[in-house]
Amino acid sequence: MKKVFIFSMIALAVTVTVFVGCNKDISGRTDGIGALKPANLDIDAGTWKPILLTAPDEFAVPAPSATNTPDYIAQVNEIKTWQANLTDEEKRIVNYWSGGAVLRWNEILRELVAKHNLPPYQNGDGTYPIPSAANPLAYPQFPFANPPYAGRAYAYVSTAQYDALVAAWHYKKLYNRAAPYKVDSTLNVLIPKSDLPSYPSEDAVVAGAAAEMMKLLFPGDQDYIQLKVEEHKHARLIAGANVRSDLEAGEALGKAVAQKFVARARTDRAGTAVGTPAIWKQLEDDCIARGEIPWYSLEVPRRPPMLPLFGKVKAFLFDSATMVNLIRPGTPPLTKSPEMADETAEILDFVNNPTRERIRIVHFWADGAGTYTPPGHWDAIAAEDFIPKNFSEVRWARNMALLNMALMDAGIACWDAKYFYFNPRPTQLDPNIKTLTGIPNFPAYISGHSTFSAAAATILGHIIPERKTAYDEMALEASLSRMYGGIHYRSDCERGLVAGAKVGEYAIQRAITDGAE
Amino acid sequence: MKILSMAGRALLAGFCMFISFIVNAQTDMDAIMMEKNAFCVGPMYSYSSWKNYWEGTLKRDNENLGTVSTQMIGMMGNYGISRKLNALFSVPYVKTKASAGTLHGMDGLQDLSLFLKWRALEKKLGDGKLSLFGIAGASFPLSDYVADFLPLSIGLQTKTGSARVMADYLWGNLFATGSATYVLRSNIDIDRTSYYTTEQHITNEVKMPDAMNYNFRAGFRNHRWIAEAVLNYWNTLGGFDITRNNMPFPSNEMDATTAGVNLKYVLPSLPQLSIVAGGMYTVAGRNMGQATTVYGSFFYVFDLSKKSKSTNQSSKTN
Repeated sequence: MKKVFIFSMIALAVTVTVFVGCNKDISGRTDGIGALKPANLDIDAGTWKPILLTAPDEFAVPAPSATNTPDYIAQVNEIKTWQANLTDEEKRIVNYWSGGAVLRWNEILRELVAKHNLPPYQNGDGTYPIPSAANPLAYPQFPFANPPYAGRAYAYVSTAQYDALVAAWHYKKLYNRAAPYKVDSTLNVLIPKSDLPSYPSEDAVVAGAAAEMMKLLFPGDQDYIQLKVEEHKHARLIAGANVRSDLEAGEALGKAVAQKFVARARTDRAGTAVGTPAIWKQLEDDCIARGEIPWYSLEVPRRPPMLPLFGKVKAFLFDSATMVNLIRPGTPPLTKSPEMADETAEILDFVNNPTRERIRIVHFWADGAGTYTPPGHWDAIAAEDFIPKNFSEVRWARNMALLNMALMDAGIACWDAKYFYFNPRPTQLDPNIKTLTGIPNFPAYISGHSTFSAAAATILGHIIPERKTAYDEMALEASLSRMYGGIHYRSDCERGLVAGAKVGEYAIQRAITDGAE
Repeated sequence: MKILSMAGRALLAGFCMFISFIVNAQTDMDAIMMEKNAFCVGPMYSYSSWKNYWEGTLKRDNENLGTVSTQMIGMMGNYGISRKLNALFSVPYVKTKASAGTLHGMDGLQDLSLFLKWRALEKKLGDGKLSLFGIAGASFPLSDYVADFLPLSIGLQTKTGSARVMADYLWGNLFATGSATYVLRSNIDIDRTSYYTTEQHITNEVKMPDAMNYNFRAGFRNHRWIAEAVLNYWNTLGGFDITRNNMPFPSNEMDATTAGVNLKYVLPSLPQLSIVAGGMYTVAGRNMGQATTVYGSFFYVFDLSKKSKSTNQSSKTN
């Protein structure tokens, strides 16, 4: 017994030591990616086709002072002064931002979406409050960054950054002011050197466009956003990447271009997508008039449907007639048909026989409340695949813009179908269906995950052809996850994939004609 | 002793969080020791449920969950390596359910817990007897159950190591026992690739804060009966609050104060067999369900010593 005792004690001591000795700090997958070193400067990107700008020089950028002027030399000396006493925190932000401006602002945007993706708690009378952009900090905080809202937010930030960078590249080539470390070879430089002209700063363009766009999208988070803008600019300055006037011109250009996108966003009909009680009732009545069982909210108390008029929002890649005629799916199985009964039975069988692998798939793709949503998940997938590609910032932005226009427009097309058909969820037709993830509060047909995922997989398969099969498999898995989870029928998912792929094709059409390929 | 060794065995752990930790039998928190080569083992059942919970510090209910219940069937055992050193284990099977809303319950084998309990000191003090204990524990998941589906997860998937100091004072048939435990908790991996706490994390690894547990119990014990009142305080050392109308997350700051009673009875006609029952209520909490728990169990003591086939372990109380 003595041996048992000693052995047990040693085993326990080892276990405990392992726990104690173990550093529990966690790191993110993109923390240590190193500095972006573009494989190709895309020096002619000023000729790429912008999305809203009429021309790359629609917004003027003044000519910079020459690099032999006292003004410029003073700016280089500002960098040198900073560099004489760099703190660890300053070195950290240089590393962080050197990973890529578009990447980091996409991550920040995803973070804000996740923070704000929470359905409001009900009022005392069983109604629900609606977040107000005019009073974003009062509960419920504005916005409720649900999937359509998020898809739209990613699209506007990405497209504004892209157009602003096209303009920036135009002026970079036009003015051709070298980076400070090219002008003064004694300058210490903490990031990879580049032959790209540094005026205006592409980093400041990206930050300025993002921040200006996010004033509209996340009006209650300006303190955080402005802090990030200042940190970003400071990081580029102390790294020796840019002089102050590069940054100031870049930020101003980014903001000016973003204003054009802000103006579009304010009139794209998203502001009225919430609908009214009369509209909510009309959707139900129309469905009943067709002889169908209408969708009901499965929450208690019943929550109004999520953004029923989001299908009316102005898309980037197609007009509404195209959407209705060419993308909107045909009629789903009638709610009282034997086909629908079979589809419902299939879902009941899935939830009654969950395997661990299927639950993993459900949760891997759930992207529900409190997350950056399915569009954010696809941005994350894309970002992690773009990192090793070493795209220039302008190509990063262009690819993200293509992806996010596809995601936003997939949301529009999907929401159009959802509220055109107003089909119930499986659990409404069979309350025995208990789900492995939360049931989204909007009609079933067609599946949002399927539509978003097929759209994303289609355009990403064009951008990174060697990953096309992988993306298609991921989209299929995301689609199936909604059946495994018990929240969608097979026809929701299959036809969602078809509609999403069509949306993705419109993004490809743009990609092959934008001058970047 | 030593029938009484199982006394607290079935005393459910003092805290039922969003997930149930009831399976942490509190025998590892009582002062009762098995004789050398005695092996006490038995099944246990518990039922725990809550309707109200604390979202951060805000107490609320949720019509989309109704009452969340947790049932547990477990097997627990305690082996006397020597009079001064016992080894304990527990293996629970857990099943959860929500009475309202649409979410699917979960079930599965949860975590294996192991403890070594060492009575370091036993001496007369005044009219009574003072004992001091050191207890080391470890636990790890027995299956790949889903941690990130609170409040319906059956556990948190974290591996733990714990160190406890405990003091017991016995005065006639009256006793008081107090203990403090530091629980080290390993990080966990979840099925998602990213999650938000108070900031975004681009990883599937979740940093789990450690925890402290304080337990105080007092009552009556003799060779036939134990009747005690138990107060327990679980305090997670870090973590974050559930945001408004959000779901709980494994690395929330889960705190709970529970109060309960335990009873144990040894059958006069068959002193190897004891019956145990008890219950507890969550008095205060944070990011926790306000659970009420009841449990019942019975235990049988086997004598595994080579010399004696008899199971005569009757006798004196500890």
